[in-house]
Amino acid sequence: MTDTLRPDLALIARHVARGARVLDVGCGDGALMAALRDSAGADVRGLEIDPANVASAVARGLSVVQGDADTDLSYYPDNSFHYAILSQTLQTTRRPDKVVQELLRIGKQAFVSFPNFAHWRGRFSLLFGGRMPVNKILPHLWYDTPNIHHVTIDDFRAMVREHGWKIDGQWFLNGGRETGSTNANLFAEHAVFLLRG
Amino acid sequence: MSVQSDIAAAATDQRFGLRRTVRLPGPLKLDGGGALAPVDIAYETYGSLNADGSNAILICHALTGDQFVASSHPVTGKPGWWTRAVGPDKPIDPDRHFIICANVLGSCLGSSGPASVDPVIGVPYAMRFPVITIADMVRAQAMLLDHLGVAKLEAVIGGSMGGMQALAWPTIFPDRVRGAIVIASTARHSAQNIAFHEVGRQAIMADPRWRGGNYYADGDAPAAGLAVARMAAHITYLSEAGLTEKFGRRLQGRDSKTFGFDADFQVESYLRHQGISFVERFDANSYLYITRATDYFDLAEDHDGSLALAFGRTRARFCLISFDTDWLYPTRESRNIVHALHAAGREASFVELASPFGHDAFLLEAPEMNRVIDGFLRAGE
Repeated sequence: MTDTLRPDLALIARHVARGARVLDVGCGDGALMAALRDSAGADVRGLEIDPANVASAVARGLSVVQGDADTDLSYYPDNSFHYAILSQTLQTTRRPDKVVQELLRIGKQAFVSFPNFAHWRGRFSLLFGGRMPVNKILPHLWYDTPNIHHVTIDDFRAMVREHGWKIDGQWFLNGGRETGSTNANLFAEHAVFLLRG
Repeated sequence: MSVQSDIAAAATDQRFGLRRTVRLPGPLKLDGGGALAPVDIAYETYGSLNADGSNAILICHALTGDQFVASSHPVTGKPGWWTRAVGPDKPIDPDRHFIICANVLGSCLGSSGPASVDPVIGVPYAMRFPVITIADMVRAQAMLLDHLGVAKLEAVIGGSMGGMQALAWPTIFPDRVRGAIVIASTARHSAQNIAFHEVGRQAIMADPRWRGGNYYADGDAPAAGLAVARMAAHITYLSEAGLTEKFGRRLQGRDSKTFGFDADFQVESYLRHQGISFVERFDANSYLYITRATDYFDLAEDHDGSLALAFGRTRARFCLISFDTDWLYPTRESRNIVHALHAAGREASFVELASPFGHDAFLLEAPEMNRVIDGFLRAGE
């Protein structure tokens, strides 16, 4: 089941404990939720902003609520999930720090995955091309991108430090495969962090 | 018993099928105090209950709806009001489900209401019929389920006022329902909702033919008042964009304004037609009672105003659907319910669907809604 998942989702799925209660924030059409339900026996709930995605997720039998990570997380009770997951959504929120804060209030731990804006290819394109990078991991033009807060791995680590959160795990992906943490800020396309409040 | 004789027994069991009516002895205790006995319930069933009794679905109709959810209406001859969602290969499928739809208490299509004959004195109740609530409607439905031998519902489903019943069901009978689908509805009537209903009621009561509700003897009903009530209500079921698209400022069967008060505009003609055709199939007193029941609806009221507390005893899964142009029960009402369900730790899904048709969207072609209903039901099967 996890074979067909996007690499960062497959990575998260491998690290979710069996039977856990999980909130997937920005769950899309529910691909990760379905995998966690079917292969990890998890009790999974989702939040998703796009109505067509919500309809698809509910149609596959998942409990998904249409809502906005920036405004609707406040309605979830404290500590109501083992894990809160935010995959590839952080960079689209208005206040990423507050969203992560909310994840750590709602879940005991939070998985956060995001595309690394400091990957060398992006740096190269900006440095020598003088244009905002448009590539496989950041496929949007600057004027119609949903990504309103471009973030690098080092930026993210700094935010974690400043808020006094703890990192329980960190994984890096390049070309869909796991890669080492040495110089991840330069060589990783995606990062997945497991945080604790 | 063999399977064949089971089927034969089911086929001849007079409790099941189209256009059924049952007189239950009651008494049905009412929220307003007092009790109703006997209780007549008119209903239809489609499909058959499976061996473990796990496939029963109760459909709750809206304010002026009826039990003819997927069969033709005996007065108007029109097809069932929800054939887009109920039928073979639809999300609610008689081949898979045992489907029940009953005329609500207080209505006029065969269930006990103000037009019913009071057995004590042999004339219609009229305004002596007790004021009823959404919860009373739900308890009457539960009495019908007892009669049909249905212990537990796979799901209760309804739109608008039917959604109020679907929402109330798991709070009143937490052990009798596994799923609730609440469409274009609300957990309480707002001041604006009550205000529109009051306009309708005053239109009926201002009609000199209403006569304190005693119009049954000569059959001279307050049709003009009821028609105006329906016209006002009908506007709330549509959206401004929908009306503009359908009618704009186009004139009705004429090239120029008449400088008079005929139905110059198409929208006037349309509303008049809605009002006139409504009075043929609906009782004015029933309209008073049922609008009152929805005005009194506030699920949080008995729980210190906390909707989350109201869901405290529920065990059902919930699915909420709203429509973006519905200003009668706008999306924020559904969101409010979802937040309360989450606070109560309940399993809930919610989606706002796009439609130009306003509140009535749930009765129209809505493939996304069907997809959501189908997925939600199958996940519980």
